[in-house]
Amino acid sequence: MASITHRVETSAYHYVRPEVIPLLGLDTHDPFAAAFQQATRYAYAEAILELGEKNPDVVVLDADVSKSMNTYKFAERFPERSFNFGVAEQNMMAAAAGMATTGLIPYASTYAVFATLRALDQVRNSIHYPCLNVKIAASHGGITPGPDGVTHQGQEDLSIMRSIANSTVIATADSPTTQLAVWAAAVWEGPVYLSFSRDPVPILFDMDYPFEIGRAVTIREGCDATIIANRDMVCQALVAAERLAREGLGVRVIDCHTVKPLDTQAILQAAQETGAIVTAESNVIYGGLGSAVAEVLVEHHPIPMQRIGVRDTFAESGPYLEIIKKYGLSAQHIARAVQQVIARKEGGRSRPLR
Amino acid sequence: MKMPQQAPMSIEELQAMAAAIRRDIIHMITVAQSGHPGGSLSAADIVTALYFRVMRVDPHNPDWPDRDRFILSKGHACPVWYAALAERGYFDKSHLDTLRKLDSILQGHADMKKTPGVDMTVGSLGQGLSAGLGIALSGKLRRKDYHVWVVIGDGEIQEGAIWEAAMAAAKWKLDNLTAILDLNRLQNDDFVAVTMPVDPAAEKWRAFNWHVVEIDGHQMPEIVAALERAKTIQGRPTIIIAHTVKGKGVSFMENVAAWHGKAPSPEEAQRALEELGQSIRR
Repeated sequence: MASITHRVETSAYHYVRPEVIPLLGLDTHDPFAAAFQQATRYAYAEAILELGEKNPDVVVLDADVSKSMNTYKFAERFPERSFNFGVAEQNMMAAAAGMATTGLIPYASTYAVFATLRALDQVRNSIHYPCLNVKIAASHGGITPGPDGVTHQGQEDLSIMRSIANSTVIATADSPTTQLAVWAAAVWEGPVYLSFSRDPVPILFDMDYPFEIGRAVTIREGCDATIIANRDMVCQALVAAERLAREGLGVRVIDCHTVKPLDTQAILQAAQETGAIVTAESNVIYGGLGSAVAEVLVEHHPIPMQRIGVRDTFAESGPYLEIIKKYGLSAQHIARAVQQVIARKEGGRSRPLR
Repeated sequence: MKMPQQAPMSIEELQAMAAAIRRDIIHMITVAQSGHPGGSLSAADIVTALYFRVMRVDPHNPDWPDRDRFILSKGHACPVWYAALAERGYFDKSHLDTLRKLDSILQGHADMKKTPGVDMTVGSLGQGLSAGLGIALSGKLRRKDYHVWVVIGDGEIQEGAIWEAAMAAAKWKLDNLTAILDLNRLQNDDFVAVTMPVDPAAEKWRAFNWHVVEIDGHQMPEIVAALERAKTIQGRPTIIIAHTVKGKGVSFMENVAAWHGKAPSPEEAQRALEELGQSIRR
């Protein structure tokens, strides 16, 4: 378990690859310029291939995006356990439910918008209502499919999936944690929704990351405030924390990869120990991670809190890093929100950024 | 408590059982004062033939992995399913009085986790055929010889997802999957031909590369023959287009759209039961 002390003495990282820490820098794009990156959809494809070797019950269902998600590799290796439904996500989801009634473990692969919007009726009534053992593997989660534009940006996927009974909702930050999540889902009884990034994100962690469904992981220590982030925003949260460290603020960062079931204990501990919380997600601010954290805080431990996420708007086509800057999701936006919640803390102080 | 009925039954026994199931349907919907009699009655002969003659099932072992599967994709008609399961011995008939009530094993639309013998949760139209397709694919993958039977409605085939499933079943040559189209010509609002025509239905399914058979869905010998033959067709899925009468067996319910989702009054129920009692002595 790697845990090293950073040059900022008030903070320490957990599980973050040591070589990544100096690359975090101060700006949104810094780790993207230097660190090794991969779209987590590809990590899914690698993980499912390995899972297929170990578990003969695992089948992969595609809806004509196997070349985009790399699940065609599973189809090549296990042709008899691969089913391409064509552009027909509704049929795929209900068929996955049928397969699960016979003991198979289907991973139904498509984009987040199609899994959670077009096929939502099937996902709700055929998969979650009977609590069948279907894993929904969704690429293009959040606004990570930058260039593809709004129709392909699954900016509501976490909100929608969190509202469905019997759901488990996971949005991992990078490739290693994505692989661990894909494997954890296979032994988790019941439906699991996995949200992947379409655009490349820096590889932050190693395979020694203690991934457990429903357990948030503190990846950076700090006492002045906490950033709770998931999916692609974990990287931005780390950059924001680093930026604030230069200002003398010690900011805790929690990778809250599981939005449901939520790790309320980790959230309340952070609330008690740091007194201010910012959530960061590339989902809309309604109903996703920010809402989930706010629900816990308002009921148990109200403290200054702010949500970073997509506001009441659709985004647009553009390079990923430019989109997150334009739509208020960058490290700078997160850092500013942290300063604001610290200022709202009783006796807290605000330090303007350069 | 009556002993569960034995299968396989003769044609005469099947006809008597279908009448008993129709009486159960009227009874349970009347007690519940809620439910869908029309489409339950139209499918009664088909469901009876499946459970009491054709399907390989064991009521004492409803989760038997090698059993034939049955999915009533037109899930609002579940009273016919519940009646057949109860008559077949999956659970005690006294449960029929609890339809749509709190804590009942019999939900308004069928729930596989609550009702023994229900192989798939249904209710939102256009999903059961896809679920059956998934079960059939699993059967092929694991070299199982069970057969999957899915009853769909003619209003239901207005759902686009039905045709997604139709395409896929032909792609994968699922000869272990049979759909039975309960073509009763009516849907919730009006005649199917008025609301959204589905004709020519047989040509549509043929164009989707299914083996298509058309029968009178109330003639028991025809039903049994078509179901038995469907099991022998190889290399493609079969659809049995069953021409039926919505509300079949109850004169004032027959061909009346209003009886899609309306419970009879006690007086109406009495009339209905008398008519159905007569049919048993035929």
